[in-house]
Amino acid sequence: MKLAYWMYAGPAHIGTLRIASSFRNVHAIMHAPLGDDHFNVMRSMLERERDFTPVTTSVVDPHVLARGSREKVVNNISQKEDLQNFVDRASSYSESDVILADVNHYRINELQAADKTLEQIVRYYLDKARREGFLNRSLTDDPSANIIGISTPGFHNQHDCRELKRLLSEPRISINQIIPEGEFLKNLKDLPRAWFNIVPYREMGLMAANFLEKEYGMPHILTTPIGILNTADFIAQISKIVNLWSFSLIEKKVNYDLYVENQTKFVSQATWFSKSIDCQNLAGKEAAVSGDATHAAAITKILVREMGIRVSCSGTYCKHDADWFNEQVQGLCDETIITEDHIEIGDTIARIEPSAIFGTQMERHIGKRLDIPCGVISSPVHIQNFPLGYRPFLGYEGTNQISDLIYNSFNLGMEDHLLDVFGGHDTKEVNIKSLSTEKNNIHWSYDAESELKKIPGFFFAKQNNISTITVDVMYAAKEKLSS
Amino acid sequence: MKNFEIPAFECETGNYHTFCPISCVAWLYQKIEDSFFLVIGTKTCGYFLQNALGVMIFAEPRYAMAELEEGDISAQLNDHEELKKICLQIKNDRNPSVIIWIGTCTTEIIKMDLEGIAPKLEKQIGIPIIVARANGLDYAFTQGEDTVLAAMAHRCPEYKNSELRQEPTNKIDNSSQIKINNSSNNNFISERIELPKSKLVLFGSLPSSVASQLNLELKRQSILVLGWLPSQRYNELPSLGEGIYVCGVNPFLSRTATTLMRRRKCQLIGSPFPIGPDGTRAWIEKICSVFNKTPVGLNERENQIWKAVQDYTRIIKGKSVFFMGDNLLEISLARFLIRCGMVVYEIGIPYMDKRYQAAELLFLQQTCKKMNTPLPRIVEKPDNYSQVQRMHELKPHLAITGMAHANPLEARNINTKWSVEFTFAQIHGFSNVQDILELVTRPLRCRSGIMSDFQSLSKQTNKMNSI
Repeated sequence: MKLAYWMYAGPAHIGTLRIASSFRNVHAIMHAPLGDDHFNVMRSMLERERDFTPVTTSVVDPHVLARGSREKVVNNISQKEDLQNFVDRASSYSESDVILADVNHYRINELQAADKTLEQIVRYYLDKARREGFLNRSLTDDPSANIIGISTPGFHNQHDCRELKRLLSEPRISINQIIPEGEFLKNLKDLPRAWFNIVPYREMGLMAANFLEKEYGMPHILTTPIGILNTADFIAQISKIVNLWSFSLIEKKVNYDLYVENQTKFVSQATWFSKSIDCQNLAGKEAAVSGDATHAAAITKILVREMGIRVSCSGTYCKHDADWFNEQVQGLCDETIITEDHIEIGDTIARIEPSAIFGTQMERHIGKRLDIPCGVISSPVHIQNFPLGYRPFLGYEGTNQISDLIYNSFNLGMEDHLLDVFGGHDTKEVNIKSLSTEKNNIHWSYDAESELKKIPGFFFAKQNNISTITVDVMYAAKEKLSS
Repeated sequence: MKNFEIPAFECETGNYHTFCPISCVAWLYQKIEDSFFLVIGTKTCGYFLQNALGVMIFAEPRYAMAELEEGDISAQLNDHEELKKICLQIKNDRNPSVIIWIGTCTTEIIKMDLEGIAPKLEKQIGIPIIVARANGLDYAFTQGEDTVLAAMAHRCPEYKNSELRQEPTNKIDNSSQIKINNSSNNNFISERIELPKSKLVLFGSLPSSVASQLNLELKRQSILVLGWLPSQRYNELPSLGEGIYVCGVNPFLSRTATTLMRRRKCQLIGSPFPIGPDGTRAWIEKICSVFNKTPVGLNERENQIWKAVQDYTRIIKGKSVFFMGDNLLEISLARFLIRCGMVVYEIGIPYMDKRYQAAELLFLQQTCKKMNTPLPRIVEKPDNYSQVQRMHELKPHLAITGMAHANPLEARNINTKWSVEFTFAQIHGFSNVQDILELVTRPLRCRSGIMSDFQSLSKQTNKMNSI
């Protein structure tokens, strides 16, 4: 048992539900007690989803559990076999496919479960297609890619997806499939037709990509196109893969260098920004970074290599990915912190006292407590992370967005500092010498009056010649004012 | 629809959405200021509470999760030792007056003996430990409060009945009448002797300002409330025992009522709940009748309030409403809205104790008769999917529903009101009537012109032309 106050990644079933509700025409059934479907509430409210979340709780109540006495030792394996039997029988009754999600609640978290569930679904449908002879192994005529890992309610996922499409359109890479968000299961059999796979977030999609590589020889790009340098690298990898096949299929080699150059210099403002003089003011400032492995590593790189900002500490809560993370940020930061304990992170930040923090909603609150500005760069998500406007983190538009975020986060601190130095904080001196009880001198604007009306006591008491305001009077005043 | 008869109850035993009862921690830890709530469960419980508490969780609330790990489940670790470690830590960090252990589904399934461990641990660490099982297997949403209060009832000090025993003999002439009140379905017998001071304890968790308002209303009728369960501080729990009358303010507190009656030997006053001016009046009236006081000025008070909220009632008069049901306040709210002039098609409700809510149900019937509207259909354990279908047919003006369904229904051009807001808004008493009506009328008032041309903002329906 451990004392826990907050968790970065949710429990396993949330991951499975995310994948299930991202696919089209998939419905998830949870055999669970009341309340476990709060996922529906989260998805509906955070993403402002217009349709009903396809998750139902088949409510477990005491009658269901009352069959016999239960051992104190819950045998996970045999329980799973019970559920598997149920699933097999259900499959024979219904026309839909029924799959049992293979996730161990105690050992894996939301992200790992989502990764596993996605792989499980992909595997199921490809195996089925292969058995039934529906599998089409021929590659598409023109270069195409699958995007694996866009899901609900992911951190800026919808915008990132749009930007990825844009990023691939000029190099003329068509999109074969995007999974799981919005895809029909029956189309999964066409996954191997793409020339390669893109996995923008390694937390979700890596297992499926590995499976596709092993079974179908599909290469995948793991570099996340966040930041100028990573995006250029991303495109370079694409050109390498495309050129492997292009000679035989489209009879020419591709070169995206000009595209990358144009985008880097002119379309994205980030490079110019990092040369401009206000960015020079940021050089040498200290930042702390924390989040999921993908975003934390990427932001660290951007801060250090593209903006000249020092990162004192970089960390992630994805403990299972510690090795990859450490490798990515090696040499870029003074210390790394791999932990799920937000208190540890809070203490570290308090110790190093950076000028800005780039982290999750939890770090934003740590920042508020310590009076350090914070930009949010990673899940766990909050309604703030589902802006109506277009705000990707990936691609060239992403670089603009990130630069804005970084600049504004630091700028706040700088602004405050300058205001301190020049004593410029707004201090409204009340110059009225006379007291406000002299009604004739003061004119109340309509807004001000309505504000005052929210304090009913004075008006009411004066009107009714009551000199002592008792609780009685206060409540009476409140009621009177509703008329 | 049947008129003037017993309401038709159905039980759909369907799949419905409501919150897990451990959500009660969110408001109870704020109400009881020297408490600490320890939820003993898994990551699922913790994640839910984290989202339910929202930003409050950053303010380090007096709540924590004892997260069960695999070792705990497979009985490799000693529960007693583990819990002791955690409780000592809590004692060091926060030093509360009471630690309330909330049992969850997992502790239920693995039959963790919380009730056995608690007393021993209490002796060892010197802080009272109360065990309440608030799990989604047995309870729904607000019933979490019910189990916590029922558990707390055992800790209330025993009431010393000395005043009753020292009856001065000169009071015999007026006082030895036995009154039996016939006006409700509940059985209770009024006091044989007129009380010098009211021995009334109210139960239900309300913000202290609302509790004060209710106290004041009763004081106006010369009834002094002895105390509240829960009290603002654990050390101020009211005395309970024979001779004490108890009355609930919320409809979901049936287990607390039973505990108070059976274990603590109190007399339960069955009344409609003080929600809405009509409910508040009926509640006060009933309490008055038990203590042999003639209510003073209640009718005037009620009429005054109705007049004051005329602007609101004008908006909702004649409009229809459908309760999908999740917070167990539905019967009282429906009754109030019917009194305001609305038509209620259906009341979904996770669970209803017909005896504890008997007076409210009777009041509902009477209100329907008075307003000449048909009795709503009452569905226990509703099936949300079927309800949505019914709503598409009935086309109510307003659907009161949980957050899982609110947005999708709005996208399908059905006005909704989040039911959860009623749980957290102040809805009891005379002074807060406007607040309830604010909530109810807001979706009906703030419709802009944009939606009127569209049937639905959902791609699903635009394609299929049905849900």
